[in-house]
Amino acid sequence: MKLSVAFASAIEALTANVLRSFLTMLGIIIGVASVMIMMAMGAGAKAQIEAQISALGASTLTVRPGATRRGGVSQGAGASTPFTEADMEVIRRLPFVQAIDGQINSGVTAVSGQTNWSTQLIGTNPGYFEVQSLDVIEGRVFTEREARSGAAVAVLGQSVVKELFDGINPLGQRFRVNSVPVTVIGVLEGRGQSSFGQDRDDIVILPLTTARNRIIGAHPTTSKHVSRVEVMVANGYDMAVAQSDLEDFLRERRRIKPGASDNFRVYIIADFIRARSETQQTMGILLAFMAGVALFVGGVGVMNIMLVSVTERTREIGLRMALGARSTDIMAQFLTEALVLCGTGGLIGVALGFAGAWIAAKTGDWSMSLNVQITLMSFGAAAAVGIFFGYFPARRAARLNPIDALRYE
Amino acid sequence: MTLNQYIIEARNLTKVYTMGDQKVHALRGVDLKIEPGEFTAIMGPSGSGKSTLMNLIGALDQPTSGELFIEGQPLSTMIPPALADLRNRTLGFVFQQFNLLPRADALQNVKLPLRYARHEIIDADARARECLQMVDLEERMDHRPAQLSGGQQQRVAIARALAGKPRIILADEPTGALDTKTSEDIMKLLVELNASGITIILVTHEAEVAAFARRQIHFRDGLIESDERSGL
Repeated sequence: MKLSVAFASAIEALTANVLRSFLTMLGIIIGVASVMIMMAMGAGAKAQIEAQISALGASTLTVRPGATRRGGVSQGAGASTPFTEADMEVIRRLPFVQAIDGQINSGVTAVSGQTNWSTQLIGTNPGYFEVQSLDVIEGRVFTEREARSGAAVAVLGQSVVKELFDGINPLGQRFRVNSVPVTVIGVLEGRGQSSFGQDRDDIVILPLTTARNRIIGAHPTTSKHVSRVEVMVANGYDMAVAQSDLEDFLRERRRIKPGASDNFRVYIIADFIRARSETQQTMGILLAFMAGVALFVGGVGVMNIMLVSVTERTREIGLRMALGARSTDIMAQFLTEALVLCGTGGLIGVALGFAGAWIAAKTGDWSMSLNVQITLMSFGAAAAVGIFFGYFPARRAARLNPIDALRYE
Repeated sequence: MTLNQYIIEARNLTKVYTMGDQKVHALRGVDLKIEPGEFTAIMGPSGSGKSTLMNLIGALDQPTSGELFIEGQPLSTMIPPALADLRNRTLGFVFQQFNLLPRADALQNVKLPLRYARHEIIDADARARECLQMVDLEERMDHRPAQLSGGQQQRVAIARALAGKPRIILADEPTGALDTKTSEDIMKLLVELNASGITIILVTHEAEVAAFARRQIHFRDGLIESDERSGL
């Protein structure tokens, strides 16, 4: 029997009882739509995480002084010898280092005219902008030379600009950071909130020397210290290898004896986010599993109706056999019916899934990601359900004895 | 005498049905030879085994023992797909209840066996029209069974049986659901087809219907009681 004929007779049989066919399809429709929405949700969450990683720097190593132990008492993170600008200079020369920055941070008050604003000061070197992949939307960042000379120039985050210079062009404006006058030379692009809920635009960035000498205040013992160093690993270097190379280098430089524990830490920030995303992935798998259960239940509905249909049409099957249909023809007929039923349900389900994902993305705070792969997989799942649950009823029809089927009342 | 002389030959055919713990002997060793072009009526009271024999000749059921040859081929050696093809190409069935598909029109009903044809049918549509023409129904080919009278429905069923160009037509009580006048028309149609060379086997319990056949076989209790040819 030709395929087109098989499809035509399947559609004919299914349209003979439209309501029943639709109700049977409903299970498949809901199953496919939920599979699709769950997969879109999972893909959306994954894309969000990848975006976070790339925002924080997929290739960034963060170096901080670590815990020390004195007399068996842990002194807590950052208690050991801090890193200095001299450390930065030598790390910069390691082969895998693309860029490096060192930072000191402090809470400060920014004042412009009558406006006061509490904000976060970051004192750093120009490498910071490369490591963080930060761009200015207005003006420029400070130069290496300005950084070294301790120029009183500032690059502002957008929140600070909004608070201090609402409505006026901030470039060239002077304002005070803890009573030290500085000039605005650049405004950063907006970055929004961090994944921890922090406003990443509420910052004032000054050259490291300026911040330390004139605002935070240089102390003989803290001179040239930075609270953390960030290293951007050059393309082509494996992050884990770079991490352990840097650890080895720092152990040697800080003269840590073999066997002794490190008094510093080298983190891969991206790893933290990935670890956090695993919880989300587990949740996603659970949801996808439940969507799969919905599809399975839909499939059982298809099998039930197909069995009813085979029973109802036993005489017709007998007649077809008497006219020369082989078992395989009967099998193909009922499998095609199940497939058309599930395929149609799958198409409607895919359309509904698109609509559902779109609505969820619009109204809720969900990030949805739909692609061809998800669509094909959802539709493929429906077709697979059709074949799987259609097989048993079709086989039952094909195995009927012609004369018993023909005489069936 | 070679095997091929008979289009149908039964040798010591038996069929035993098991109903619960009771065994029903529907056929008790039937020997039968039918020559090509014969028009045979099989008669007998219900339960005499005439329908059972029809089902066996139609390859719809298997005998308990004995052998059945169709055009010299022993059916016991044929696998199910080959039996399906035999039903499709060599045999044509006409049933008492017509057995038309209710949602398909006359033309589609006649085309139904051609869907399963493995041999070449150049134009199924043309062949189906031709068959409807033979039963004088070509102007009703777009009618559904419910829109046709009983006699017309049976003629559609005969057209369907003819579609695959069969050499044998098996008609099981073809007039059982029809009135006397219509029955006569159907029988005349079968006589015409027989005249064109098709071997016809007819099961009936009506003597007037059986009178159209040239050979009458009476069954009783699973055996042939009498087998007579009427004058040509």
